[in-house]
Amino acid sequence: MNETVNTPTDIKLPAGDKLVISSSPHLSSGSSLRKIMGGVLLALLPQIIASTWLFGFRALGIIIYTALCCVAAEALWCKLAAKDVWRNISDCSAVVTGVLLAMCLPVSIPLYVPPIGALLAIWLGKQIYGGIGNNPFNPALVARVGLLIALPAAMTFWTPSRGMKSAEYPEIERFYSAEAMEKIKSGADLDGVSCATPLGIVGTTAKICNNSPEAEANFADISGIALQKRYFWGDRAGCLGETCVPALLLGFVILVALNLINWCVPLMFVGTVALLTGIINIAFPGVTPYAIFHIFNGGLLLGAIFMATDMVTSPITGRGCFFFAIGCGVLTTVIRVWGNYPEGVSFAILFMNSLVPLIDRWFSKRPFGYVPKR
Amino acid sequence: MKSSRNVMTFYGGIHPNGDGKRLSCFNCIQSVPLLEKYNVILAQNAGKAPIPVVKKGDQVKKYQLIAKADGFVSANLHAPTSGIVSAIGEIQGTMGIPTMAIEITSDGEDAGSAPFEIISDWENADPALLKQRVIDAGLVGMGGASFPTHVKLSIPPEKQVDTLILNGAECEPYLTADHRLMLEFPEKVVRGAAMIGRILNVSNIVIGVEINKLDAVEALEKYTAKYGVNVAVLHVRYPQGSEKQLINAITGRTVKSGTLPMDAGCVVQNVATCAALDDAVMRGIPLVERVVTVTGEIVAKPGNFRFKIGTPALEAVRLAGGVTAEPGKLVFGGPMMGFAQRSFKVPIGKNTSGILLIPQEKAFNFESSGCIRCGRCVQGCPMSLIPCLLSTAIESGRIDLAAENHVMDCMECGSCAYVCPDHRPLVQNVRRAKAELRRQLNSTKGK
Repeated sequence: MNETVNTPTDIKLPAGDKLVISSSPHLSSGSSLRKIMGGVLLALLPQIIASTWLFGFRALGIIIYTALCCVAAEALWCKLAAKDVWRNISDCSAVVTGVLLAMCLPVSIPLYVPPIGALLAIWLGKQIYGGIGNNPFNPALVARVGLLIALPAAMTFWTPSRGMKSAEYPEIERFYSAEAMEKIKSGADLDGVSCATPLGIVGTTAKICNNSPEAEANFADISGIALQKRYFWGDRAGCLGETCVPALLLGFVILVALNLINWCVPLMFVGTVALLTGIINIAFPGVTPYAIFHIFNGGLLLGAIFMATDMVTSPITGRGCFFFAIGCGVLTTVIRVWGNYPEGVSFAILFMNSLVPLIDRWFSKRPFGYVPKR
Repeated sequence: MKSSRNVMTFYGGIHPNGDGKRLSCFNCIQSVPLLEKYNVILAQNAGKAPIPVVKKGDQVKKYQLIAKADGFVSANLHAPTSGIVSAIGEIQGTMGIPTMAIEITSDGEDAGSAPFEIISDWENADPALLKQRVIDAGLVGMGGASFPTHVKLSIPPEKQVDTLILNGAECEPYLTADHRLMLEFPEKVVRGAAMIGRILNVSNIVIGVEINKLDAVEALEKYTAKYGVNVAVLHVRYPQGSEKQLINAITGRTVKSGTLPMDAGCVVQNVATCAALDDAVMRGIPLVERVVTVTGEIVAKPGNFRFKIGTPALEAVRLAGGVTAEPGKLVFGGPMMGFAQRSFKVPIGKNTSGILLIPQEKAFNFESSGCIRCGRCVQGCPMSLIPCLLSTAIESGRIDLAAENHVMDCMECGSCAYVCPDHRPLVQNVRRAKAELRRQLNSTKGK
């Protein structure tokens, strides 16, 4: 069993001063910020492709343009603040913020808006707090809400998606004005024509005739099976990143597979919205359409999968994340059903972001072997 | 195989991918030729360093006592070989600071007789006699903490201990010394465990082994019935071998913060300590050599070696065939909790379970740009702490806040820093805070 080794004599080892001295551990899992951000970008790729398909190459252009604006804003801040520019850019977090911001913009957005959004996101949303990791709010959502309030017209000017441009889309009428329908029927160029989003129609209906049989009929009309299929594939007016459900779900699978998000968060967020809108719909069919409509429409899936799971601005404990997700779901439902805005995902997430320090405190686990103080 | 065993584990922890055990776990424990010089560090145990009983120029025999325990929390030291005490002075120690050591120049004879009487009928021997043997042989915890073994075996009369746990988890990546020891000398390990059980008057004796060492489990099980010892199979999860986590995995008990395992009715010892006790009782020899894993991707022939205490790291690496590339870091112990060394002259001690060489490209100091609150450290912490917030508090100089959030409960296992995508020095910060808090505590005591 025992064997003896001979001593080789010709081995040279470095002098002691060349050895690295550091605290343990001496191993690392090998993950890095850049890998995490790269993973998020990979998960966003299906949606980038889908929005290019649905809204044309202008969509792709807007996404790249917005991402570049964010990188430029980051570089500019770092230059002004005498920080290491390359180190701050090379973690790719600005690219992720940029792509996420672009996902929240309509395809028709004027080209002067993304730079403003980039400054809002990177400067006001992130760097003012001390850079990556220190921001209490999701930078992309800060920019989106800022733009929505400052430039409401540009941010809510919706243009039709691929399928909506053809007259073969039988339910199409309810999204256009009479004037626009004329244009479609005559086969004219549709550029510059505006149309409504399904949630927008629901919001308007609720304002005009809330909880009436008329509203009920209108909701049933807008959430029919044929239209739901269209919504599922993303063939509706809306922000670049929010429409195509299969692409978003694929992104979700990628994020979970790469272990970048807590899979419970999107599930509980969407589940809460579905449950609450479902109950409201059954109790008062004239107040809001049924749950599936709410899942497929607006930015719920985009927000739940990519924004509410943002590592920096969500709680660090598992149980805290549950509370956070449920809170987001409740607020989204409240704003969608009773709020002034047709869509509430951004506001809900931003509000819950502000509660994160408290949630972390409430839901931190007791240490192993904890002894209560007398 | 897996399904037929009841596999146990604990909460939290990590699973290091590519744990490097395959580099060395298939090679038998090798004996090594005699070296010219051995540097035996005095402070090889936690607590007080023993006092030398030899002086420069003295002739010593192998196994001869060269330093005597100074008080209760201290351990004897013995000569690893025969020769002349050529120097007693300061050398580079394993903790990075100079430390007193006795240098023995070998006479090439390696001669000496067993200094203690062999207790072959240990099963009926007086437990006090066995415990005295632990003290005489200079046994310390060989897993890494190097706490004098007899201290852990001295249970105050008001405390009840009903379970003895032997740590054969070897959860540290790369290390396979305990694995090979259990596989090649299972009877020594099991018999040593039964001896400790006799000292403690405990009949529930469990050896905890991770499921990646099933061959060792099977080897141990050949002897377990004979000596009344059980083997518990554990999940492969770091830090499975940590005292509190091991107790929790095997008995389900929780060691309360600020208390000792014996307060939860358990005593934990390392399997290598058992084998050393078996040698002390059945062969009558003190602890002068141990099995060490010399490993790393750049070691030419990684393996396990039976080194004498006092063998310099340089010689150990030479005996493992040298290196294939220039090493960037020399680690004593495992990669998760081991200590980076300043020099290849540092000698092996009683608690050196491994010598790990890390290539230069992996040995750089990580730069961090800030916590992104991913929460991976929170998931990984076996003590359910929040390492990222603790570390941020410490970095901001708020050691009081860290203390409030139980920084003293941290056992520095490194799970948090392993998973951190930003490579933050989480463990280093915690160590700093703990040292500062201890200093504050001592200064208030002094007043």
